[in-house]
Amino acid sequence: MPTARSAQLSTILTDHAEAVRAAWLDASSVELRGRSTRGELEREQSDIYDALVEGLRDGGSELGDAAFDQLRGILADVSGARARLGFTPRETAMAVFALKEGLYSLVDDDVRAHLTPLMRLVDDLGLYTFENYADAREAIITEQAEQLMELSTPVVKLWEGIVAVPLVGTLDSARTQVVMEKLLNTLVETGSEHAIIDITGVPAVDTQVAQHLLKTVVAARLMGAQCTISGIRPQIAQTIVALGIEFGDIRTRASLADALVDALREKKRPTSEVRG
Amino acid sequence: MTTTSPTTGTRQPVRDDSDVVRVRQAVRRLAQQARLSLVDQTKLVTAASELARNTLVHGGGGEAEVELVTSGLRTGVRAVFSDQGPGIADLDLALTDGWTSGGGLGLGLSGSRRLVEHFAIDTTPGVGTRVEIAAWAR
Ligand SMILES: Nc1ncnc2c1ncn2[C@@H]1O[C@H](COP(=O)(O)OP(=O)(O)O)[C@@H](O)[C@H]1O
Ligand SMILES: [Mg+2]
Repeated sequence: MPTARSAQLSTILTDHAEAVRAAWLDASSVELRGRSTRGELEREQSDIYDALVEGLRDGGSELGDAAFDQLRGILADVSGARARLGFTPRETAMAVFALKEGLYSLVDDDVRAHLTPLMRLVDDLGLYTFENYADAREAIITEQAEQLMELSTPVVKLWEGIVAVPLVGTLDSARTQVVMEKLLNTLVETGSEHAIIDITGVPAVDTQVAQHLLKTVVAARLMGAQCTISGIRPQIAQTIVALGIEFGDIRTRASLADALVDALREKKRPTSEVRG
Repeated sequence: MTTTSPTTGTRQPVRDDSDVVRVRQAVRRLAQQARLSLVDQTKLVTAASELARNTLVHGGGGEAEVELVTSGLRTGVRAVFSDQGPGIADLDLALTDGWTSGGGLGLGLSGSRRLVEHFAIDTTPGVGTRVEIAAWAR
């Protein structure tokens, strides 16, 4: 597409901006009903549209051209945000493809010839969006895998006879289970009689997480070990109380350091005085 | 641009564990935007976690809608969890502390009701369940 043609397309898009954008917005609002508000879509589309018009005016003809740098940036942002919000690739790509609905409103035989390359370019935008969606998806998966790695070997021996596990991040059932099993195994392997579970890094404790904690403490006790939960922050404490979860006679301490001091103190006493 | 302009609401599927995590993250993001206190954020996120999990486990999956709301001068967050599952035959029983039909703690429904300012449940046996919660900045 020669530069003059690009400039011409830019003029067409500017002249018919209102009609094209209205049809585009209608088409994508139907497709994304309930996922995005019309206002959000409109903001997003006005960014994309402006960048497209400017890119064409600056002589851009293929998406890879420098004139479309800004447009590609916007599309990458939009797709990344969609992936994070759980949109499907189709929903993500549709928001761009729906621009063609806006272009159809312009078509008569005379302009059709001019519009064909533009149609092709729009298809390209959609595919580009799709690729970025997939990349962002990949990043999320990598992030989660890293979290899992982090959680898969966090049990540490703090002292002779004392092991601790710092729980970090969002805990789902599977992950919590893995960590708890690891803790119990480490108790046996190291012949420890104290376990400290530190939840300073946990943003929320719901009944499922609480149930895993309770089960672990009971299991540890059955094995003759004393278990302390440390690092319960004020907002977590208030939530646990309101939720109605009872930790019963389970020992809790404000910080991991407090819990360690306690465990050390207890080690000095004769075994018979240590309550299981 | 989309990444910097605030999102005012989302509708998300609740089909597996990772969806529950995503719903929880969306609720936390909006609760921060609505400027809820840290305690209220944590309470709302925890309630959302309970209800999303109920949608998944008891309702057989469904969806969650989370949005910013205003009431007078106050800004808040509303979350709606809905499924087309078995519904709840005896709601009073289900709302009793410690009652569970499975192996749970039985504190999800009754506990979430205490965690948020607004709690409404609509359920029909054989049709499904819809739970709506909301919390506002003070
Ligand atoms: N969305 C739902 N669909 C059907 N039944 C539900 C739903 N949510 C809750 N229930 C019923 O209410 C009971 C109490 O729920 P809850 O307090 O969360 O306890 P738990 O999930 O630990 O069993 C559940 O055991 C289940 O029988
Ligand atoms: Mg529950």
